[in-house]
Amino acid sequence: MIDYNKLLNPTVLEIKPSGIRKFFDIAAEMDDVISLGVGEPDFQTPWHIRQAGIKSLQDGKTKYTSNWGLIELRKAVADYMKEQSGVSYDPQHEILISVGGSEAIDAAIRAIVGAGDEVLIVEPSFVCYGPIVRLAGGVPVAIPTKAENRFRLTAEELKAHITDKTKLLVLPYPGNPTGAIMEREDLEDIAEVLRDTSIAVISDEIYSELTYTGNRHCSISSIDGMKERTVVINGFSKAYSMTGWRMGYACGPEPILSQMTKIHQFAIMSAPTTSQYAAIEALKNGRNDIEKMVEEYDMRRRLMVNGFRNLGLDCFEPQGAFYAFPSIKSSGMSSEEFCEKLLYSKKVAIVPGNAFGESGEGYVRASYCYSVSHIKEALRRIGEFLEDIKK
Amino acid sequence: MNVKLLKLLSKNARYTVNELSVMTGLSEEQVKAEVDEMERDGLIRGYKAVIDWERLDSAMVSAIIELKVEPQPDVGFEQIADEVKKYPEVETVYLMSGGYDLCVIVKGKTFQEVAMFVAKQLAPMKYVVSTATHFILRRYKELDIELIGDETDDREKISF
Repeated sequence: MIDYNKLLNPTVLEIKPSGIRKFFDIAAEMDDVISLGVGEPDFQTPWHIRQAGIKSLQDGKTKYTSNWGLIELRKAVADYMKEQSGVSYDPQHEILISVGGSEAIDAAIRAIVGAGDEVLIVEPSFVCYGPIVRLAGGVPVAIPTKAENRFRLTAEELKAHITDKTKLLVLPYPGNPTGAIMEREDLEDIAEVLRDTSIAVISDEIYSELTYTGNRHCSISSIDGMKERTVVINGFSKAYSMTGWRMGYACGPEPILSQMTKIHQFAIMSAPTTSQYAAIEALKNGRNDIEKMVEEYDMRRRLMVNGFRNLGLDCFEPQGAFYAFPSIKSSGMSSEEFCEKLLYSKKVAIVPGNAFGESGEGYVRASYCYSVSHIKEALRRIGEFLEDIKK
Repeated sequence: MNVKLLKLLSKNARYTVNELSVMTGLSEEQVKAEVDEMERDGLIRGYKAVIDWERLDSAMVSAIIELKVEPQPDVGFEQIADEVKKYPEVETVYLMSGGYDLCVIVKGKTFQEVAMFVAKQLAPMKYVVSTATHFILRRYKELDIELIGDETDDREKISF
């Protein structure tokens, strides 16, 4: 009998599948669940973008592309970055097309982090950063953010976590699960702390197009002295509703990007060709689609936040992404207990906040990537649940 | 006029004032005032349910009638359109570009009834040159609303 515990890499074995996994499985198997649990848009990929993918297949574009991705796509990304944040990237050496934003995050972390390096991860946040850092031999260090600071990272919090081993800061704004954003002034403060250090930044900006309160997304790369140390991660999944196409990209200084591309070349070869053609169409002609979707999300956002508040839950006003992150502390339950009971008694699926780091305890994440009637029904059931537990 | 409100109402005319207020960020008083104003002004012409009549035994039949019309001096197609739209059998009248002039949607209890209405009322009208009747056999989507099949959500129930 083979002993798999001896066979398998101890670093991998040590990464526990999220405790939440069990909860996910229960939800997945339950019938008639009304879910606010997903992290992807409900819209279909706009038809003209799908058509561009179809056309590329009809035209026989079925081969590998350059490791870096199609140059036409990289140029379109360069134009987009210039227009959005004012930062110029050389499409030849500073832009890598990846398999979703996720792969770019993985390549960036692996390119930068080595054994014993500390990586600061702003939390609550998306779940992938810590495990990837561990796989690279690094040490994830969480920086918890607070609702009273609107879940923004403050310069003091950052300073308090920097040691002489700190190599990298992961800055995930607009944020999943909180919906928090960082504005230029906030980023200036962060930049001020980083400026005289050699700490790099991975700025995960996958939700950059989804902001709602008139504050257009600001990238830390656009702040003086930051471009040279920042890898910006972005992609097509959220903005263009293209999750299944697996299309992302990284922009950053050539010395980092060329090492990332080495990893990408050996692990992936090149991002899916069909998706790359679709992505060109998205960047060139997708502006209206984004605007329509943002308008729709914004209405749902208002409806959901107002809904939670009317149910008596404290709910921070999300300014980006597509999640509300209400506090359930008044229920006296833990996040997991709350979500599990809600699922069993009312068949509503939401995600416990602690899935996104310890600082998410006391909160739950509800996505508004659902129709208005769906959101209203889910809120109605959550309302019933809150009444029931008062008794 | 408030375009945001109009868009919302065009999607679902039954949103409550409170919901409209929350979704647009206007106060409830503002929503009421805006909607009243748009109704008075005639910008909002009415509110109707989209119904899948085919589920009823007594379902009505409809046809799209292409009317070719001789336009009249000064008034063009206005006068004839005005006359056509007065029939209660007529649900919709559009002036069209292309091969014919007026698109008229007519409803009736039976195919026969619709056909007779066209033959006896529309075709003989002064200035109507010709008619072509196309019966609607099945409705898949009406006013943005799908009438056949339930929407499915392919997504996982939960994901990060």
